[in-house]
Amino acid sequence: MQTTAVVVGAGHAGLAMSRRLTERSIDHVVLERGEVANSWRTQRWPSLRLLTPNWQTRLPGHGYAGDDPDGYMPVAEVVATISRYARLIGAPVRTGVTVHAVRTAAQGFQIQAGDDVLYARAVVLATGACSLPAIPGAAGAVPRSITAVTPLTYRDPGQLPDGGVLVIGASATGVQLAAEIHRSGRPVTLAAGEHVRLPRSYRGRDIFWWLEATGLLAERYDQIDDLVRARHLPSPQLTGAPGATFSDLNTLAARGVRIVGRLGRITGGVAQFSGALANTCALADLKMNRFLNRADQWATARGLDDELPLPHRFAATRVDPRTPLELDLNSGEIAAVLWATGFRPDLSWLDIPVCDRVGRIRHDGGVVTGAPGLYVLGMPVLRTRASTYIHGAYEDSEALAGHLHSFLSRRCQR
Amino acid sequence: MTITDRPVDNGVNVAALLGAREALSSAPDAAQFIWRASCTWRNGTHSRSTVAGFAGLGAEQQHRSTYEFDVDHPECFASEDNGATPVEYVLVGLAGCLTAGVAAVAQLRGIQLRSVTATIEGDMNILGILGGDPDVRNGFEAVTVRFAIDADASRDDLQALIAQSQKRSAVFDIVANPTKVLVELA
Repeated sequence: MQTTAVVVGAGHAGLAMSRRLTERSIDHVVLERGEVANSWRTQRWPSLRLLTPNWQTRLPGHGYAGDDPDGYMPVAEVVATISRYARLIGAPVRTGVTVHAVRTAAQGFQIQAGDDVLYARAVVLATGACSLPAIPGAAGAVPRSITAVTPLTYRDPGQLPDGGVLVIGASATGVQLAAEIHRSGRPVTLAAGEHVRLPRSYRGRDIFWWLEATGLLAERYDQIDDLVRARHLPSPQLTGAPGATFSDLNTLAARGVRIVGRLGRITGGVAQFSGALANTCALADLKMNRFLNRADQWATARGLDDELPLPHRFAATRVDPRTPLELDLNSGEIAAVLWATGFRPDLSWLDIPVCDRVGRIRHDGGVVTGAPGLYVLGMPVLRTRASTYIHGAYEDSEALAGHLHSFLSRRCQR
Repeated sequence: MTITDRPVDNGVNVAALLGAREALSSAPDAAQFIWRASCTWRNGTHSRSTVAGFAGLGAEQQHRSTYEFDVDHPECFASEDNGATPVEYVLVGLAGCLTAGVAAVAQLRGIQLRSVTATIEGDMNILGILGGDPDVRNGFEAVTVRFAIDADASRDDLQALIAQSQKRSAVFDIVANPTKVLVELA
């Protein structure tokens, strides 16, 4: 079968792209291994909510129309929203079709999908940034008696054995799951490396309101000093659960979670943690305050100081001087380890040499390097800092569909 | 930060450092360095270590001259005190690394330094190395570095300066994090 473009993945990004292609009358098909919003259906824990407020969940031709614009969507509602969106835009989705291989062909690309072979002049990779857990090498040294879980397979604390749980990683995932598991009565130790600390709200507005209003989320990939770092920044320590100002290390420590430094290695069944926790926390506090300064300056420049509550600063992260550097995993104290150490995309089926030596796809704002007609969407800081979040697909899909369209036009003229 | 007409000069070639990061990111083999030292026993607890060459940028490299370091223990350890103790060399390494980082980060951030002094202390219970108490470790229980910095910058900027210096410090990482160490017979 021949089509002009193939989009791989029917999540929010692939569907946004489908809508942009339809707007341009570009013939295409969206291939989906499972159902629409498959990762949200099968690889997310049920208590998860989006970090972004509902009003920010914008996709091309769609805005949030519910009655709780300031709430945070639970995962079931995300699935419903994306599924509704697919119907709304009439996306040509073929569900239950696994892409086994994408190769270059004479007139573009050959796509092996299910039992079919498709040919297309352009391919958009929209399978997401979180297909596989990124687990450090130290995982191999965890004693066999300990249950190991990743956020992709975690559902709720009930699936964990009774006993202590070591959560590795203090991103949004790590702090959320540490809190949930701790609430189940299991003593939790959280190993915290570099992390991003932000309050849920500041001066009466959601932090994502500030991130958007100050222009931070709109910062372009080609204007960011250290793009590799920006693309690998852990997600902010926030939760979509209503209530608390912070989901940070202070909050967890106050509830009784034991905070330790970044996991260094596991030797002889003993986990060793970094002694740099104090500096890790100082860096996170400094970074948070730099953003709050920027927010205050922006508010003053806009003349908003009269209508907003007064600026203020939050208490520094407290680090217990008695923080242990070691934890014996064979002592019986720890029954399970949860690797909240991040995710990586799965592009193993992409049979085109476009990845660098560490397996990252090389692209210029989503235009894949060295493979004209190949695009990638739905990656952290793909084109702007907003690209990391659902609404980032709004503008990213527009820019990349525009590029794809002119790529096809150039080919026609030849 | 004070903005003056005079360009900030801490004696750090930031352009060269940024250029190196750019160049080495695309030539990862050249970024692989091997640092070396050799140590010869003299007498008692006294030894002399020599540092001369290292490998990096895809070639063997030489220091401008050979550096020698006497290592010994103090008289209260019944030694002759011909040089600093090994643990003090660790402190020297950490202080030197963090201070170099302070200068480089300050240059990058446009902060003119007038003086930087680091005082560094490592707490140690020597019952560990004496084998007198199995619950006491051999190494430092804690290390404290205190920076006195005179510069054209706010206290917040200086906090950020020393935080970033720690983040980019090799010796800070070596001291704060586990490292695989192999000691074998030649």
